[in-house]
Amino acid sequence: MTEILWHGRGGQGAFTAARLLGEAFSLSENGYALAFPSFGPERRGAPIRAFTKLDDKAIGNRSEVKKADYVIFLDDTLFGESAFDELKPDGRILLNTKKSFDGKRIITIDGDSIAQRILGLPITNTIMLGTLAAVSGAVSLDDISAAITRSMPERLHEKNIAAVKAAYEEVGL
Amino acid sequence: MAKRFLSGNEAFALGVRLARPQVISAYPITPQTIVVEKLSEYVEDGSLKAEFIHVESEHSALSCAMGASSVGARAFTATSSQGLLYMTECLPYAAGGRFPIVMMNANRSTALPWNIYGDQRDSVSQLDSGWIQAYAENAQEALDIALMSFYIAEHPIVSTPFMANLDGFVLTHTYEVADVPTIEQADEFLPPYRTKNKMSLSEPKNLAFSAGPESNTIFKLKEHLGVLNARTVISEAEQRFGKIFGRHYTGLTESYRTEDADYILITLGSISGLVREITDKLRAEGKKAGLLRIRYLRPFPNEEIAAAIRNAKAAAVLEKDISFGNEGTVYTNVNSALQKAGINIPTSDYIGGLGGKNISAEEIEGIFAELEEEKRTVKFLGTGGEESGSQCKNAQ
Repeated sequence: MTEILWHGRGGQGAFTAARLLGEAFSLSENGYALAFPSFGPERRGAPIRAFTKLDDKAIGNRSEVKKADYVIFLDDTLFGESAFDELKPDGRILLNTKKSFDGKRIITIDGDSIAQRILGLPITNTIMLGTLAAVSGAVSLDDISAAITRSMPERLHEKNIAAVKAAYEEVGL
Repeated sequence: MAKRFLSGNEAFALGVRLARPQVISAYPITPQTIVVEKLSEYVEDGSLKAEFIHVESEHSALSCAMGASSVGARAFTATSSQGLLYMTECLPYAAGGRFPIVMMNANRSTALPWNIYGDQRDSVSQLDSGWIQAYAENAQEALDIALMSFYIAEHPIVSTPFMANLDGFVLTHTYEVADVPTIEQADEFLPPYRTKNKMSLSEPKNLAFSAGPESNTIFKLKEHLGVLNARTVISEAEQRFGKIFGRHYTGLTESYRTEDADYILITLGSISGLVREITDKLRAEGKKAGLLRIRYLRPFPNEEIAAAIRNAKAAAVLEKDISFGNEGTVYTNVNSALQKAGINIPTSDYIGGLGGKNISAEEIEGIFAELEEEKRTVKFLGTGGEESGSQCKNAQ
């Protein structure tokens, strides 16, 4: 099972990204996924977590992810050393930031700049989804596009698919 | 059928839409809200032709549903926790009137202390209200129960309201894969509601009347038999469902690797998925573990439980409720089933998940490990393992 832990702030779309990832993965044959947020009252700007679990069989464990294969930060003000405690030994941290970090375990992308250019908004959830697709290979761009088309409002399709692709290409280079 | 990625609430709402209810009266409450929102959207966009009655309380929600049912309409409502408790007066009213209303309940803790998260104390407290009670494990089963519930409730030999329970948040708000049937398939499965138990100018009769001491018992007996009759109708509905949709259900319980199991964990609702995974893990280690999942608490699966447990060395119940001053209510019911069948094995009770507390894989493995001690205990999970009181010691 591949487990993904998303960190964001209320309004940044972390749970939407978690859900899109699960939907994209479940489009493949024998693709099973669970996606859920940390439950409770939602407040714009407050730290939230979301979870995606991917497997080739039905997933029975609905508990929150304690040790993830990928820990993703939409907002680098939420990132700290404690992030490594949430990571499996071979896990990776995917971080939206303009800063640079040492070490193979952290993969950075300047998602804000891509978001401003393509979306005109500092919303990086689909950009970090594209980053995950490039780093993990867990889902194809086609399946992510299909998930966006199926579950996002139509006016958001084109720009978000472009955002996913831009991140995918940036990390791929 | 179409494969979709849905939350438990969304799946249930789609199931209700496929069942073509004619009247929906409901009041929103976390974590049920999305069901009500979705259904009101379906009515607004015309994809569901129903009267949506915006009521001011849950008491009125169920009262309206009774009114609708009393003129022969297919009626639906949904609630949770404090909302369920607020409509409590109406629950036996609907059951005694034999109005086959379907209600979705998002299982949630009851106050105080105030808590919006999932446990099953709300619905379990209403076991004696005369309603059928089903517990779904996942979004697919939630959708399928939504569709089947009307068939079962409205069957003339049942004519009993149906409460479909979904664990709050862990099921209602978790997204997963589910197949959504077509309306043609749903129509093939579920005929329109036809009943003689209705107010009609052409066939006038007295409904919702008084019954004094002389006749009251016979009405209560008939009500009891109606719920018991659901056993065969559930089976009939599931066979019919399997033929049309290709998904098969197993009646009041689901037995998983119980045939040769020494140690069986009995549970209900969404935690069953994790127990199934732990059962497989223990089996791979050579331990004879099994899962008995209760799908219906009413009618209660006395025979099914006895048959599944008969050859085990010990069994435990894992449940998200507590009857204060006694023990978990599911445990009481399970022990009654075993006693009636002459089965005398040690049973234990684990109260967990209260107020939404996570039940971990390690805790479930711990229960199976303790089962091997073949003791009788009642414990609250995650409180340091204290026994709940002297009565469980007396039971030894």
